[in-house]
Amino acid sequence: MNIFVFVKRVPDTESKIRVDQAQKKIVEEGLNFVLNPYDEYALEEALRLREAKGGKVTVFCVGPEECLTVLRKCLAMGADEAVLLKDVSPEQYDGLRTSRILAKALQTKFPGADLLLFGKQSMGADNSQVPAMTAEWLGLPQVNVVVKLQVEGNGGTAVREIEGGEEKVQFSLPAVISAQKGLNEPRYETLRGIMAAKKVAIPVVPVEELGLRPEELETGLEVTALDLPPGRKAGRMLAGTPEEAARELVRLLRSDAKAI
Amino acid sequence: MILVYIESRKGKVKKASLEALSEARRRAEELKVEAQAVLAGSGLGGAAAELFGCGASKVHLLESPLLDAYSAQAHALAVEALVRELKPAAVFFSATSLGKDLAPRLAARLGVSLASDCIRLTVQEGRLEYTRPIYAGKALLSFRLKTFPQMASLRPNIFPLFDSGQKSGEVLKKVVALDQNQVKGKVVEITGEKAGALDVTEAEVIFSGGRGLKGPENFRLLNELSEVVPRSAVGASRSAVDAGWIDHHHQVGQTGKTVSPNIYFAFGISGAIQHLAGMSSSKVIVAVNKDPEAPIFKAADYGIVADIFQVIPPLKEELKKLLAE
Repeated sequence: MNIFVFVKRVPDTESKIRVDQAQKKIVEEGLNFVLNPYDEYALEEALRLREAKGGKVTVFCVGPEECLTVLRKCLAMGADEAVLLKDVSPEQYDGLRTSRILAKALQTKFPGADLLLFGKQSMGADNSQVPAMTAEWLGLPQVNVVVKLQVEGNGGTAVREIEGGEEKVQFSLPAVISAQKGLNEPRYETLRGIMAAKKVAIPVVPVEELGLRPEELETGLEVTALDLPPGRKAGRMLAGTPEEAARELVRLLRSDAKAI
Repeated sequence: MILVYIESRKGKVKKASLEALSEARRRAEELKVEAQAVLAGSGLGGAAAELFGCGASKVHLLESPLLDAYSAQAHALAVEALVRELKPAAVFFSATSLGKDLAPRLAARLGVSLASDCIRLTVQEGRLEYTRPIYAGKALLSFRLKTFPQMASLRPNIFPLFDSGQKSGEVLKKVVALDQNQVKGKVVEITGEKAGALDVTEAEVIFSGGRGLKGPENFRLLNELSEVVPRSAVGASRSAVDAGWIDHHHQVGQTGKTVSPNIYFAFGISGAIQHLAGMSSSKVIVAVNKDPEAPIFKAADYGIVADIFQVIPPLKEELKKLLAE
């Protein structure tokens, strides 16, 4: 099986986000960037499928040179090859643009994928757009937010999470799958993997060389403001015995907060 | 015109869709246009009255055997055809699991950018402006879209319902011709939906537990609270999920779900930054923790420093009493 995995470099979840309101950008200085956690589930699933069925796992990332670090991590975890689609523009929060880049790269330079695996969203843009949009550009079926995946012959079934339950989706290959936490338990990279990953050459393809029209590389968003969320006002501590505190709490929720 | 995609399950319209329609109607009034609704699948005509009540001026029913079971491809094709015919200024979805699956697919078909999971919509200089949380709510991005039709999905539990006072209006039924070969994936089974069980993203009240619950068996206490309060659900912190105490679909936070209920109860949750990111848009936050230094208290509207096991039983009784009134 020829499996493609698409990853992104994002600030880790413990990051405190600071905002440059004038530039309408987050302050990247001091942030610890990691492989997007949901992409780890996608990669792990790809590695398991390769181990079961044979084939090759190739990892793609759209972003600046700094993304080579996350691609190296993917190689250290066990991916066979990695490709950087080099894009020096800052985060655009526009899934359409990213999906166009990916779709064009696959159509022009990297054909032949049987399965395309993504994380269900990137931590940061939080758009949940790129997997479905890429599937649409390529005319492929999609299953998003997947917690169970089975591939047999020319198709498969995937279980995806919905509100209060699960949906089982049948699909034909090639297909786009986006991974949710719970799909598997991602492995750690081994020391041997890390050493081997250093020796793998990672091709760098500038996004400008994919044959997209300049306007297709423009963002569809015109950002007007980037703010921190409004702070919450100081809360009220309820004293007394647990019974008294519980009674007072319920009274306040009804009469003060009018929330129940 | 603003067209709103309406989601239904077993013939019943999702509340999140009514919220999206209501917000469409309010913004449409500002833009001096109409709000209209579209439903895809058979036998959904009965839902129309509710949609007129929330501000739809017309309801479009798209019918085809290929639309009855959900398929992102089939539904995107059907709605695309309607969009090309009606040429709405904007198309809205609710940011539910279905909306998040379908809206980007349709956006790519139309070649337009998408404002996902919006929490605020305004009209500025005659154009829609969108605000959405990024980094799980650690920052808010406001923007306009350069592409048309405008496309947005709206976060559930944020936008209030609109009451038009109308119960009837024009229902337009259309049989859609879809090609089976264009539909390469479809839902074959829906499982695990318990009667009345609400997802944390839909719940109006969430009882969440963390490490302080001490073990999986104690989530029973939160389930009991949830049984007392209608439209409530049980949530969990990442550490409780990672310890294997409860399934990850209950997880609130940056690697789980972002929620905005009326009341969020945090029992024995310390309040790691990635957890706060997922719940700080809740309207009222209640924290119970025996550690007075726990960061969760900084986010809480009401705090109780106490052993959660001593607070939960009297709290359950008080809630019961109140709701029986």
